[in-house]
Amino acid sequence: MSPVLQGLLTIIIGVGGCVGYFYASNIILDKVIFPAKGPQAGQNINRANRVRPWLFLFPAMFALGLYLVYPVVGSFYRSLFNRAGDDFIGLANYANLFAESAFRTAVFNNLLWVLVVPAMATFLGLLVAQLTDRLAWGNIAKSLIFMPMAISFVGASLIWKFVYSANPDIGIINSIRDSMGLDPLDPLQIPFWNNFFLMFILVWIQTGFAMVILSAALRGIPEETIEAAIIDGANPLQVFFQIKVPQIMGTIVVVWTTITILVLKVFDIVYTMTGGNFDTEILPSYMMSFMFRDDGRATAVAFVIMVMVLPVMIWNIRQARKEMR
Amino acid sequence: MDNIAGQNQGGKIAVNITVIILVLLWLLPTIGLFVSSFRERDQISNSGWWQAPFAVDLNFRARVAADGARQDGDVYVLEGNLFDDPDIAEAFPDGNGAVAAFGTRAVAPDEFTPGTSTELRRGGTLTVQEDGSFRLESADPIERGPTIYLAAETPPKFTLLNYDTVLNANGMDRAFINTLTVTIPATIIPILIAAFAAYALAWMDFPGRGVLIAAVVGLLVVPLQLALVPLLSLHTSIGIGQSFLGIWLAHTGFGLPLAVYLLRNYMVGLPRDIIEGAKVDGATDFQIFTKIILPLSFPALASFAIFQFLWTWNDLLVAKVFLPSGAESQVMTVKIADDLLGSRGGDWGILATAAFVSIAVPLIVFFTMQRYLVRGLLAGSVK
Repeated sequence: MSPVLQGLLTIIIGVGGCVGYFYASNIILDKVIFPAKGPQAGQNINRANRVRPWLFLFPAMFALGLYLVYPVVGSFYRSLFNRAGDDFIGLANYANLFAESAFRTAVFNNLLWVLVVPAMATFLGLLVAQLTDRLAWGNIAKSLIFMPMAISFVGASLIWKFVYSANPDIGIINSIRDSMGLDPLDPLQIPFWNNFFLMFILVWIQTGFAMVILSAALRGIPEETIEAAIIDGANPLQVFFQIKVPQIMGTIVVVWTTITILVLKVFDIVYTMTGGNFDTEILPSYMMSFMFRDDGRATAVAFVIMVMVLPVMIWNIRQARKEMR
Repeated sequence: MDNIAGQNQGGKIAVNITVIILVLLWLLPTIGLFVSSFRERDQISNSGWWQAPFAVDLNFRARVAADGARQDGDVYVLEGNLFDDPDIAEAFPDGNGAVAAFGTRAVAPDEFTPGTSTELRRGGTLTVQEDGSFRLESADPIERGPTIYLAAETPPKFTLLNYDTVLNANGMDRAFINTLTVTIPATIIPILIAAFAAYALAWMDFPGRGVLIAAVVGLLVVPLQLALVPLLSLHTSIGIGQSFLGIWLAHTGFGLPLAVYLLRNYMVGLPRDIIEGAKVDGATDFQIFTKIILPLSFPALASFAIFQFLWTWNDLLVAKVFLPSGAESQVMTVKIADDLLGSRGGDWGILATAAFVSIAVPLIVFFTMQRYLVRGLLAGSVK
């Protein structure tokens, strides 16, 4: 069966199955298990209403449990076994990882990414949000800076491969160097700094995200606070840094953490641009180099990523609980 | 407000210029890709895309036949015009080519300026004029015609040839269909599942609701990397293996936290009166959900659908792991990253075109539905 037909069939079965499940389960609950008639009608309605939320939740909880909760446990369990998966070796995979210089490079680079990308993207996003706020063509400018959000990491990498190309007839950077009489160089092979050239691709993608959210936050600031500051003689910079930024600090933190989480997941850019060569490996791409080869190692790397994400996860959950109160 | 803020004219200009620079920095790389996809291989390797609207010097090679040689006094002479060579004539259809430089060796195709003469290694003196006419004089009979290299200014030229190659010969059409096949079910299926759960979390009262919401928030950030190995072995053990069905299930699972979170945030904000009014009138939860909540939540459903669409369309990781690696099931991102970058690493025109084919649909979706995307981002993050 062709995949297209299979896809159509899956949509029909998937959507039909969902509708059918919800409809049928509600009917069974109300008519068969706890019928709203007879001597216990009132009690039955209450019972049915206690059960119903779980009917609504069940498919989502099942999928979430299977596809996101189970893997956390499953990955950790698998990381305690050797390559073939039949020999329990405890934490040996982790010990081997930490002994390997490639892993330490990946961790170091990953920390660089986590420090630089969210900071730069948030800063640029805030800058653009503020600058375009009262601009006549601000919305067009924002839309264009937001555009890379729609482009895949692979597509973005290719776009920047052109920019970074060592050939002065293809790469605009080397073309500028060429016209200044400098020798062409490959930005992706300059030790240490090549990481920053890769990071900039993600900054290029994520600035639009930061801009959209921070721009909305800036608009939400009460005008009176700004007017009062101006009447007190504050200059535009003071208004921005001492009046506006403190009021949107919460949003800045949300943007920052969201991008941090993303940074820990993206392997596409390194994979496409350098394949991890020239000391540009980061954990997600390092993990992929073990995928299909050594599941024990691969899951161990994945679990290290999970541990790095954990502080943000806990912070997010606490924020969410605070809001609900 | 502008004048209260004390912004002077100079400040305004500075702001405008800064924004223009930023927008250009953000836009130019993509334009470069777009322009490059319409240029031929020779053009790309001889001049930057920013020079595409201008003429470029391209190198050509002319193999001159010796049969026009004649004897003139005590020397032998071969005369002709380089632009008569069929390959070169093709590049100058209107016949106005001009020689910018010429040479006799492949390593130095632009060694001499037109009008000068040079000694050939095999003997004889070659002179090439700017209009392409050449004259070879030799003391010995000319038995073999020389090979002459020349650089000539060629007019800018745009072509759809790359698109033809990418779509027909490179199998990008297959990859495009595969991407579409992965994307559409993976976008539609999670929506309904998530909507029911979101309604329960937003409007139904039951013990443990707070914990479940917190769990969804936590699951939002679980790295996908963790899921790859355990789920692939799970899929293999229940017989799904690496297949489209497997990737649909995987994308559905991975998209659910965002879907539930977005939809719940939106549904909580719906007016309480409507829902309570309906309950008083005897509507069941199922009816409230299908008749009131779903239609009212359309903006949030659209936001999530766009997110999920962009995410699955652009995904490389899940496709690499959950789909078989053969050409018949490769999606575009995998095709570009694994196939084209490896085998066509130097063919910039093909790469640019393939990349553009893969980002065209997301860009269209982005520009037509930006409103929903922005709304979704705001609902998902600012709280």
